[in-house]
Amino acid sequence: MTNLNMTVNGKPISIEIEANEYLAAALRYKLGLTGTKIGCDEAECGACTVIVNGTPVDSCIYPALKAQGAEVLTIEGLAQTWAATEPGVATEPGVATEPGVVTEQGVVTEPGSVTTPALHPLQAHFIHQGALQCGYCTPGMLMQSKHLLDHNPNPTTDEIKVALKDTLCRCGAYVAIMNAIQFAAEEMREPNAARQTVIPNLPATKAPLDVIGKPLPRPDAIAKATGAAKYTDDYAFPDMLWGATLRAKFPHAKILKLDVAQAQALPGVRAVLTHHDVPGSKNHGLIYNDWPVLCYDKVRYQGDAVAIVAADTREIAQRALDLIEVAYEPLPVVDNPVDALKPETIIVNDGTGHGNLLKHIHVEKGDIDKGFAEADVIIENEYHSPFYEHAFMEPECSIGRVLENGRIEVICGSQIPYEDRRQIAAALNMEEREVRVRGALIGGGFGGKEDIAAQIHVALLAKATGRPVKMLYSRHESLVSHPKRHATVIRVKTGAKQDGTLVASQATIYGDSGAYASLGDKVMTRAATHAAGPYAVPNVKIDCYAMYTNNPPAGAFRGFGVTQSAFAVESNMDELAHQLNMDPFELRRMNALRIGSTTSTGQVVKESAGLLECIRLVEQEVKRQRDSNLQSPVSKLQSWGFAAAFKNTGLGGGAPDKSAAEVEVFEDGTAEVRSSAAEIGQGLPTVLAMITAEELGLPYENVRVLLSDTDLTPDGGPTTASRQTFVTGNAARYAAKGMREILAETASEYLDAAPAQLTFKDGYVSQNGHKLPFAEIVKRARQENRPTRYLHEYFAPATKPLGVEGDMHFGFSYAAQAALIELDPDTGETHVLKIVTATDIGRALNPLALQGQVEGGIMMCLGNALTEEFIVEKGKVWSDLFAKYKMPSIKHTPEIVSFIVEDEISAGPFGAKGVGEISSIPTTPAITNAIYNACGVRVRRLPVDQDALLLAMRAGKLET
Amino acid sequence: MKAFDNYHLPTSVNEALTLLAQYDGRARVIAGGTDLLVDAQAEYYEGQRSHFDALVDVTFLADANEIRAQDGFIVIGCGVTHTQIVASKRIQQTATALAEASAVVGGPQVRNVATLCGNVAHALPAADGTVALMALDAFAQVSSLQSHVISNQWKPLATLFKGPAKSAVDSTREIITALRFRPLGEHEGSAFARVMRPQGVALPILGMAVKVEIREQRLAQVAISAGPVAPIPFRAKQTEEFLRGKILDDELLRQAAQILTNEAQPRTSAHRATKEYRHELLPVLLKRTLTQALERAR
Ligand SMILES: Cc1cc2nc3c(=O)[nH]c(=O)nc-3n(C[C@H](O)[C@H](O)[C@H](O)COP(=O)(O)OP(=O)(O)OC[C@H]3O[C@@H](n4cnc5c(N)ncnc54)[C@H](O)[C@@H]3O)c2cc1C
Ligand code: FES
Ligand code: FES
Repeated sequence: MTNLNMTVNGKPISIEIEANEYLAAALRYKLGLTGTKIGCDEAECGACTVIVNGTPVDSCIYPALKAQGAEVLTIEGLAQTWAATEPGVATEPGVATEPGVVTEQGVVTEPGSVTTPALHPLQAHFIHQGALQCGYCTPGMLMQSKHLLDHNPNPTTDEIKVALKDTLCRCGAYVAIMNAIQFAAEEMREPNAARQTVIPNLPATKAPLDVIGKPLPRPDAIAKATGAAKYTDDYAFPDMLWGATLRAKFPHAKILKLDVAQAQALPGVRAVLTHHDVPGSKNHGLIYNDWPVLCYDKVRYQGDAVAIVAADTREIAQRALDLIEVAYEPLPVVDNPVDALKPETIIVNDGTGHGNLLKHIHVEKGDIDKGFAEADVIIENEYHSPFYEHAFMEPECSIGRVLENGRIEVICGSQIPYEDRRQIAAALNMEEREVRVRGALIGGGFGGKEDIAAQIHVALLAKATGRPVKMLYSRHESLVSHPKRHATVIRVKTGAKQDGTLVASQATIYGDSGAYASLGDKVMTRAATHAAGPYAVPNVKIDCYAMYTNNPPAGAFRGFGVTQSAFAVESNMDELAHQLNMDPFELRRMNALRIGSTTSTGQVVKESAGLLECIRLVEQEVKRQRDSNLQSPVSKLQSWGFAAAFKNTGLGGGAPDKSAAEVEVFEDGTAEVRSSAAEIGQGLPTVLAMITAEELGLPYENVRVLLSDTDLTPDGGPTTASRQTFVTGNAARYAAKGMREILAETASEYLDAAPAQLTFKDGYVSQNGHKLPFAEIVKRARQENRPTRYLHEYFAPATKPLGVEGDMHFGFSYAAQAALIELDPDTGETHVLKIVTATDIGRALNPLALQGQVEGGIMMCLGNALTEEFIVEKGKVWSDLFAKYKMPSIKHTPEIVSFIVEDEISAGPFGAKGVGEISSIPTTPAITNAIYNACGVRVRRLPVDQDALLLAMRAGKLET
Repeated sequence: MKAFDNYHLPTSVNEALTLLAQYDGRARVIAGGTDLLVDAQAEYYEGQRSHFDALVDVTFLADANEIRAQDGFIVIGCGVTHTQIVASKRIQQTATALAEASAVVGGPQVRNVATLCGNVAHALPAADGTVALMALDAFAQVSSLQSHVISNQWKPLATLFKGPAKSAVDSTREIITALRFRPLGEHEGSAFARVMRPQGVALPILGMAVKVEIREQRLAQVAISAGPVAPIPFRAKQTEEFLRGKILDDELLRQAAQILTNEAQPRTSAHRATKEYRHELLPVLLKRTLTQALERAR
């Protein structure tokens, strides 16, 4: 131990640290300044940026002793740097402080007890521009931006891109971030002017109601912008131990011997557990129980958990892993889904009783042979896509605790809290009610936090030691262990008449679902049912094989299988347009799904089909721009490309799709809405607060949201399939309506009017000019012993399983996108200059959050096309660090022109349907089609490889 | 997990060398740590358990943070970061290639701590700063203790490399205390360019730096460096020889590119680039850097 003296946020401090400690760890764990985030520990992501003596550094690899005597500024001190120069900056109107923050002691603070701090202009404008979503990148982003503005009071977007090049935002809020920085700069240049809340420039949407339809900031925005927001690793408990996991040494091997004696003997180690110590179900899994909690007979992928340790420090826990002896007998490695299906191949996992075949999905409509016989043109190609990584900025973290009454509590960032509870209880052989799962804020999920990570492990270790245990995955561990987006091989055959009418569409899809099922069969089902594209095709035949292999498991990932099939279908469609010499917009328009058309699964589209409008808007914009923007630089090739897509909202396929929400009203005129539905950055609390406020006629600030606590909030179901706005939104809406009806009964007596005639608005209940404050009504209702809480369990419209006649889904969202790219003919490098997008999401409940989803989805899919590839070689993960997995940074951000189509769906809350995934689907094929238009080479393999592209161009090849 | 136990922050070269001597090979020099600490972590995950009893930070040594003019050279101390290089007017004007190279290393937070000397000491043939320094005919001052006395030796940069990530400088006993090169004058110009791959490791597919001197329209002097085209940083001697004394035009450039692609030996590196692609890029970067440098020389 040595002494570290420094000034942190203006205060002199002196702490004892280890000489090998890093600054981020010292700030977070020694000083409790948890606003500084750790995303990678390898100087790649910038989440940990703090300012040391005026210079921003990545504090994750900055030896703490280097800060000896230094002035350190962290996110917690940002506001005061402005307040110091500008006393009395107004608080932010319209933004409540984070509702119901759970403190370290597990106490829920009363709303309003945290005073709203005066914010730095950057914080204020980040909030109002929607520049923070999950908020995990925000502290680093703000610190780096502050340094920029300190030295450049009026930065251009190019200068911002240079400054933020390695400060990553996986939610893809880059456009909003750039706008926020420029507005903040403006404010800072005129420090005496009052703060203007600049409404961002958003696409036109329908006229708002009282609350719905307004671009309101997130309820947790201030907490996220000030570093007060708590993610799992930001919690600490007295006597807490650190856990660590021993992962498999081979992708496929029999376990011959497992000896933990030496590890147990290491001083500071409190428990070492193996499969012998799992009292209940030895396996877990979301749908199929095929994934060992701790491996017993064999290991099936490199990330498999073999043993777990709890120790006094993270270092000791890690060291103990080296002392665990495991003897393996390596088995042949199955590294691709096509081999996996061959009968002679060794069986990796027989989770469903069909050997390596997790699921064969078959979609059939009409007569495929007849269809192709009628076709004038047939296009057939094979497409390949690799695994992709969610790369949420917050690595997985779980804390397990034994509560006083012997119950087990797990704090984690989970997309499905009640599923976590079920699986934890099963493994521990406990009743579900004996387990409490409490969601902390989540630093991004994108589908990657639906499966169990360490939730069961920390529960086991807490139970074994009687002490709180935290497991925080390193970025490496996160990368090797959690499920990915399926790698696919997709062969698509498209047949059309000379006039462009599609007559047949056939596809064979192999999906690599890795070692365990996760949501693999659902994902590949979606890939299959969407594999004819958003078109009405009379004859369809699709066979999809979801396969077990020794690769990391594949599961949910924004787009849910449709991302992969859309790339294949839309590439084929583009080729078809070229062969037929047809305008690519026209070809899509002719065949687009519309009211009355039948999908591949035989579902008749009855309402809310805005695809034609999406295509029209994009076409109009592109054609306008083409006319006005013909001059392009001489040496680079610029070109447009186009693609369309659709995506189901909700689980569909006959699964009961339900969610529950509870609304409670209080005598201070506020309300709280509760549901165990996860906020992963997409903006669910905003939408729930808005819906509740709208229905109860309350100001938005008066509604708090409590999410994801299995003791306090009813089951909202999984955050997947773009379903939460729809199902939990509806649950909240009906709960609020139910609550309103009860209050109306009370109010009707005082206002002398029938309950149905009362108006709830702006915090008052009124009739014919007479009005009473909402708070007063609650007080009286309570005196009358009426309930002040209302729970509603909402069931989405029923759906039918695949292969059964009827509707497989209750609704679809649609999108059309065009990409303008620039291709360097000398190097093969591709840059996306502009994306024009139109998205039909039913109804824009919050245009600000919607814009974030649209832009974020585009950024993610741009990565899918150009920068990302999760490489696995013979079952061994090569992309095991952020340094080897590149997500798009701000420098990749194109100009985004967005249109919103609001073709309402009758069952949706205010007509809304899913938003989270649709915008992330057409971007890849729009880009690859643009590449073809630029250089004549078809991209059949993702991601675009500039190396292969240039060599193909030079060799005159037509595809890569 | 941690690759080291102790961390020392000496303020003089003598103190630093003495510390290294005391640890007798079990301590290592560290500057920004952006290679050392990140690599140590990657190695840990590969199963290696390399460990140092201590790291000796050389960024607080007296004068180490200076860029200064001395004896007709520009001298860059071992604490000088890429950010300082990029911001230096002197380097922008008289060693443009180096400013351009340092500007593309990592992102701002990395450049704020990563040093040019560290870039050289890491000994990667594709390190951007190294590629630029090679074209500038730089020297490195290697300081060591020779029977308790500090020895400072200026060595040509090219002699510092033994193989990929293998330096001739023993960073457990020796310190590169400074780098130096002659600032470019009138009729001279330099330029740097590189091509990256958007996926995978942040190492250039190909980087190139050129320095030229023009006399009466002719290329009086030419220096061309590129990486990675060999296990160590590379100077294209034959191409330089061919170009010397000639007037650059398209045909000459074409012939020079031909010679360059013959003498450079790029290889395929997995998940980064094929040999064939690198071959395609050699003429492209030669044209870009050479024309740029010539323009600056005029
Ligand atoms: C995210 C990221 C992106 C990067 N991008 C690039 C890039 O684009 N281009 C590029 O070239 N590099 C890049 N790097 C690598 C690295 O930042 C540079 O090579 C940097 O210049 C190394 O300097 P340093 O001071 O951090 O070295 P350190 O990591 O401190 O040291 C590197 C090695 O040199 C030794 N050493 C350091 N200084 C001395 C000295 N004075 N005397 C003797 N030995 C010494 C150390 O012992 C160690 O072996 C990147 C790194 C990261 C983390
Ligand atoms: S750069 Fe430090 S956590 Fe990612
Ligand atoms: S808001 Fe940037 S990573 Fe989520």
